[in-house]
Amino acid sequence: MTVSELAQKSAQYRRTILKYIVGANAGHTGGSLSCIDILNVLYNNVLNVSPETAKSPDRDRYIQSKGHTVEALYVVLADRGFFPESDLETLCRYKSHYIGHPTKKIAGIEQNTGSLGHGLSLSVGTAISAKLDAKPFRVFTLLGDGELPEGSNWEAALLAAQYKLDNLCAIVDKNGLQITAPTADVCSTDPLDKKFDAFGWAVREIDGHDFGQLIDAFNALPFEPGKPSVIIAHTVKGKGVSYMENQLKWHHGVPNKEQYEQALVELSE
Amino acid sequence: MGEVSTIVDQRALANLDVFSNTLQELASTDRQILVVTSDSRGSGKLVPFGQKYPTQHIEIGIAEQNLVGVAAGLASTGKTVFAVSPACFLTARSFEQIKTDVAYSDNPVKLIGISAGVSYGALGSTHHSLHDFAALRAVHNLIIVAPADNFETEQAIRQAAELDHPIYIRFGKKPMPLLSEANQEFEFGRGRIISEGDDLVLIATGETVYPALLAAHKLEALHGIKTTVISMHTIKPLDYDLLATVAAKGCPILTVEEHSVFGGLGEACASFLIQNGFCNRFRIMGIPDEYTVTGSQIEIFNHYGLSEEGIANEAQILLDL
Repeated sequence: MTVSELAQKSAQYRRTILKYIVGANAGHTGGSLSCIDILNVLYNNVLNVSPETAKSPDRDRYIQSKGHTVEALYVVLADRGFFPESDLETLCRYKSHYIGHPTKKIAGIEQNTGSLGHGLSLSVGTAISAKLDAKPFRVFTLLGDGELPEGSNWEAALLAAQYKLDNLCAIVDKNGLQITAPTADVCSTDPLDKKFDAFGWAVREIDGHDFGQLIDAFNALPFEPGKPSVIIAHTVKGKGVSYMENQLKWHHGVPNKEQYEQALVELSE
Repeated sequence: MGEVSTIVDQRALANLDVFSNTLQELASTDRQILVVTSDSRGSGKLVPFGQKYPTQHIEIGIAEQNLVGVAAGLASTGKTVFAVSPACFLTARSFEQIKTDVAYSDNPVKLIGISAGVSYGALGSTHHSLHDFAALRAVHNLIIVAPADNFETEQAIRQAAELDHPIYIRFGKKPMPLLSEANQEFEFGRGRIISEGDDLVLIATGETVYPALLAAHKLEALHGIKTTVISMHTIKPLDYDLLATVAAKGCPILTVEEHSVFGGLGEACASFLIQNGFCNRFRIMGIPDEYTVTGSQIEIFNHYGLSEEGIANEAQILLDL
């Protein structure tokens, strides 16, 4: 997709995310809006996976470590044809498979996540398997900046460098806020670029809402042969809805009717 | 019941050695088999494996959470993955990875807890796994196995390699006599009857099956007591059919395990029995809820009565002898 097509797609995705979060009266709104541009570029321009190849051994893998923003993933997977969008009408309903975190019961989802600090280890194991068998597929994982104090991330980061996993790309959705406070005020992981560099990763920092920068970064993978790559994507929590942007309460806030209508107006402009 | 000397083969190996040998044999013809270790290749007797099959050995370093997460990722691609680490660390440090990345995500990792129970003896409670049955029994979608002898260990490893399901297998590192008189059938979820009798039922698991069998022989020699001895190698799913069958004898039931008396084999049996109307006299033998006494594995066993004499004594109390 072109940059302008991606921009249109993201506006559509944001409206759809809000539609189903409002319908469910539940969801992780702010983080879904901060990571949706990343998922948009991944699924429309980067990953070689489709409903037809969802079980192919050679498909690219996407593992969402920050599982709580699953609404963004659901909307992109529905748009890519993995399941009918109308399935999302059951979001968080009794007996629905569309729960508040990713599960493999949903077509297109690779791993069950939700507890933070698990996606990178799963991704490292998957990427090691590709290396062992000289398979061409790549592994992508989305981390939240708020989950990075989980020590398991850094165990996995060390091993990714040890095994020279240049078929692995981690994207940090660095929106700067977590449920309690700004991430920098809770347990800062800054300077994040230097930490990943010290752990043996090749690092690139971008504006996570700039489609040109996202496309360029993904096209440049691996950033260095023999090293895992990390894209530190600077994002805005609640991106695209003025009253949500950078506001803590929208971590899992659900808009009321008036707020929802205002959001739709803003996302149509 | 024959003489003890005829029912056990003292030439047998440690279950740990059998595990290592079996894996090497399997890996020689199946390149999809991977061993994943956390600086535990030496304690897992896997140095020869790594030398013979270097591309099938993934070293993680001392990072057990990552061990299990990486193993789950590998298994998700179709690899046959044995994640090997001391049972104490594997099931405590990585508990959430077992729960989420293996069991909940249904990645069919074979979790191998080595030097289980109090195998590390005098190294102390940091190195004991007396919680693993209890903790893992509450995790859905995980088979839990503690083989008694070399035969059960080899079968457990061979069958686990073919199994598309998460499983935890734990064993110790001391030589274990072969229970050669027992039936030579092994199936996960089916208790193995070692001997049969109608006066007493001894249900043991892992390395306590052998002293339970010795105790049964002692009771026969002293009092003519005929004992059913069961190796309940699979803690979950528990063999309810066999439990119901032996409970129907109406005689006392004694369970024995190298585990806390809380939440393990004994309480699993008690839960079934009491909820199904069985009122047999019943006693759980294991490690009590206290700071575990210091000493070697055998000294700890003796201290808590997980021995021929201790089990026989407890049985005599149950039998009013």
